[in-house]
Amino acid sequence: MRTPLYDSHVAAGGRMVGFAGWDMPVQYSGILAEHKAVREGVGVFDISHMGEFFVGGPGSVAWLDSLLTNNVASLPDGTAQYSLLLNERGGIIDDLIVYRLGAENFLLVVNASMIDEDAAWMTNRLVEGVTFENRSAEFAALAIQGPLAGGIFEKLFGRGMPAARNRILQIGGDFVVTTGYTGEVGFEWILPATEATAAWQRTLEAGATPCGLGARDTLRLEMCYPLNGSDLSPDRTPLQAGLGYFVDLEKADFVGRAALVAQKLAGLPDRLCALRVTDKAPPIRPHYPVWVDGKPVSETTSGALSPSLGEGIALAYLPGEFSKPGQEVEIEVRGKRFRACVRKKPLYQKAS
Amino acid sequence: MNVPNNLRYAESHEWILVEGDTGTVGITDHAQAELTDIVFAEPPPVGKTLAAGEVAAVVESVKAASDIYTPVSGEVIERNDALDANPSLLNTDPFGQGWIFKIRLSNPAEAAALKDPAAYGAQIGA
Repeated sequence: MRTPLYDSHVAAGGRMVGFAGWDMPVQYSGILAEHKAVREGVGVFDISHMGEFFVGGPGSVAWLDSLLTNNVASLPDGTAQYSLLLNERGGIIDDLIVYRLGAENFLLVVNASMIDEDAAWMTNRLVEGVTFENRSAEFAALAIQGPLAGGIFEKLFGRGMPAARNRILQIGGDFVVTTGYTGEVGFEWILPATEATAAWQRTLEAGATPCGLGARDTLRLEMCYPLNGSDLSPDRTPLQAGLGYFVDLEKADFVGRAALVAQKLAGLPDRLCALRVTDKAPPIRPHYPVWVDGKPVSETTSGALSPSLGEGIALAYLPGEFSKPGQEVEIEVRGKRFRACVRKKPLYQKAS
Repeated sequence: MNVPNNLRYAESHEWILVEGDTGTVGITDHAQAELTDIVFAEPPPVGKTLAAGEVAAVVESVKAASDIYTPVSGEVIERNDALDANPSLLNTDPFGQGWIFKIRLSNPAEAAALKDPAAYGAQIGA
């Protein structure tokens, strides 16, 4: 599939690759330059492949609270929150953002690869008094990220960017929210697909560097933001993934809650840990074996040579006893093992 | 794309400069452009014996690791240590400072059978 911006990407020199069934740009000028643009300037990503669900009706708050881990009832109008959709075993189906557009009016933005599965899961559990619409095909979206994002916002919308994170502005038929996946300030702009090309052009003219999925991946990995399908799976819970902050076990029952409570009592079998390579090593990639005390205990779920740090970084689920910061491990690359160390998240912190 | 006239080329985008019984091997301008930002290179160790077409080195971009094949058989007599600290030489100077290894040819006829610049240029549409 192609987003409405496919031709714009090709025109901007985008190198197109397959991602979750979509032809997406992995890079334009180069991943390192694009990564740096977002850390030091401002970049724009096409995220039109992501899904948009609209939920409404008098039962919408209770229904969303019965399906998602975070507390929807406590979410103020005009703000957004990160949340998780779980199976009965407490495993992660998807991670998503819930936008509260009004008291009984919500927008959910979900991963491109999960649109159909999420929509089926939710519609199968639909109750009286709730409307659910998958309108993914109607919308495009841009993520504009970096320390200079505020200037782009002003040029585009003629007003200042909200200083607070997770704030939603509805401008015409568009939703503009101060969220992102890079660790930088910025905003995500969800708009009708028919307006995408003009919006992309205006954003480039305002000074944003076009950035592809390659930089998006290195930026998010430095922040230890998980990627569903790599770091998150239906076989592991948000507690294991280190996302307990986004799980409200105190609210009324939700799908997966019982499994999470039981797992908390029993103790977590493993935890998603951030690793920093201490030896000079090749770039770490997913599915490289992780060793502790001369034994293979796990494998990486994500990995890269961090452009900001100049060192190898990775995520891996490690058994509880090996999951503390300071734990020394080894990562195997093509039959050779390189030393790495469990670190506190995030792996990258901006100098202030 | 630059395709220097004094080199021979493998279909898998390595070049070789033959001087007497010694060959210097690297990757082409076309290859480095396709690989994008190279962030790691692992040239073969000195003393290693390689057969033509065998994996000799690995270069990695941010997104992927790629095998580099030796276009000729022989013994590795030198590796480019500069790539350890500065793998981006493969991008910036693929036919010069970005060379990967030198090999003592055990069968010089192999080099003669490689593509000439015109044939390689045609392959990449240069």
